[in-house]
Amino acid sequence: MGNVIRGRVIIRGRAKGEVLVSREPLSFWGGYDYRTGEIIDRRHPLSGHIASGRVLAVPFARGSSTTTAVLLEAVRAGTAPAAILTTSADSFFALASIVADEMYAKPIPLLALEPGDFARLRTGARVRIHEDGTIVEEETSTANET
Amino acid sequence: MALKLSRSDDALLTGKHGPAAQRAMSIVTRMAEVHGASDLMDITGAHIDSTIYIGEAGLEFAERLASLGAQVAVPTTLNVSGLDEHHWQEWAVPADWAHKAHRQMIAYQSMGCLPTWTCAPYQTEMRPSFGQQIAWCESNAIVFANSVLGARTERYPDLLDICCAITGRVPAVGLHLTENRAGEILMRLVDVPPALQKDDSFYPVLGHLVGKIAQDRIPVIDGLAAQPSEDQLKALGAAASSSGAVALFHLVGVTPEAPTLEAAFQHRAPKREIDVTLDDLRQARRELTTAGGEQLHMVVLGSPHFSLAAADREARPPGREIPGHLEPRDGAARQAIRLSSSAGGIRRARDRRHVHPGLADAATGGQAADDELCEVRLLHPRPARCARHLRQPGGLRALCRGRSSRER
Repeated sequence: MGNVIRGRVIIRGRAKGEVLVSREPLSFWGGYDYRTGEIIDRRHPLSGHIASGRVLAVPFARGSSTTTAVLLEAVRAGTAPAAILTTSADSFFALASIVADEMYAKPIPLLALEPGDFARLRTGARVRIHEDGTIVEEETSTANET
Repeated sequence: MALKLSRSDDALLTGKHGPAAQRAMSIVTRMAEVHGASDLMDITGAHIDSTIYIGEAGLEFAERLASLGAQVAVPTTLNVSGLDEHHWQEWAVPADWAHKAHRQMIAYQSMGCLPTWTCAPYQTEMRPSFGQQIAWCESNAIVFANSVLGARTERYPDLLDICCAITGRVPAVGLHLTENRAGEILMRLVDVPPALQKDDSFYPVLGHLVGKIAQDRIPVIDGLAAQPSEDQLKALGAAASSSGAVALFHLVGVTPEAPTLEAAFQHRAPKREIDVTLDDLRQARRELTTAGGEQLHMVVLGSPHFSLAAADREARPPGREIPGHLEPRDGAARQAIRLSSSAGGIRRARDRRHVHPGLADAATGGQAADDELCEVRLLHPRPARCARHLRQPGGLRALCRGRSSRER
């Protein structure tokens, strides 16, 4: 990815971590084990990856509306992604983040990216997310997109 | 665009109606800001999906609202619980898990929600009407309400649903507004044999394909020759909302907002046009089969929740016996049996070891007879206090030893 990407702030916050990206939308219900932070949808390209503490980038939340509840459990259990990047304001992720803020004062930073910027994300890149929605790559990485 | 609140919204947000409503309103307004809404609007019904116990956070959320005295402001139905509340000991679930799952059920009932325990609230007497503004959660119910009934709901996430029910207000955005309900993608069925279009298996396969193609857009399906049943539409929507994020589809000549192709698109041009062929459907069918081998281990009926019509179809003499009999697991399925029975629609298996009509998905011992099954019924859904007992073969049985917080 390039050095700096500017995202639209859906839920404001700071985060840093390793990017984990896929073009496939993800359902957390049946797709995310909040006990371990592992992506467990066996049809998803990120199946088997640990998203806990990483900057998870998927276009949007697919399928069940229970995605929100599972993500909230992950926040409480400490296994949630450090931040979530999408291509549009995803109401499932946004709501989980708002409730995580209201209940545990732990909102998950959430940014919506232009499709062109989303396509520049690379799994393994280490990024820092700022409150104004800028995503800055911290160091070069050789990892490929998953 | 700044969010404008009405005086009553403001009263809720500043705590004039108590701390629970204040919290709920805070979440609703923050979501309205995420969507860039300029106003909130009234709803007249809600369906809550946050009823399944997944972990501590969901339980804490529900019990906190309940303990703050939350009450729903509109008629509100409840989705399934993960717990078979009367026979949970027959399942391999830990007592601690069952206890917490039950606490979560009680918390939502104590807020005044109707204990319908179904993922298909459109099959109950709470079925919304055309144009009705509602806040529904549960993906299959959302797509059915919008597409088949022409009611209006956004694709609400778990936890926001109860906040909308408590406040009776939602952000005035998305599928609540006419202009956002126009079709976006045209999917044209090409050379799909009419006989196939009448088959039940066609609709979940088509739905799976529709969801994969449409993703989070509104698909318009044209070229269907058959008149699908409500159960077939239900299967189409459920599959499309699982493989994609479809909250509304139009089926030209079938669904209420699509009398014509032009009407489905609100006289705008499609953003994309796609032909759907038999080959595409075959490919989608293959994607849906993940199991190998020939041994059948389990049959699950009713996902989404079995309808009365489906129960009636299953009542045809089965082709083969399976050991034991099955009993519906949740309230609405039991109701379906009761209705079916009183309508003379229930057919008794000659042998009690046959599949029982109206069955859902729980296997119990083989002794109970049809007559006993028919006795299993949910008393008419009423707020929690009235419906804490179920009529069972052995008489009334309390739903739980504990009591709802409101009655303590």
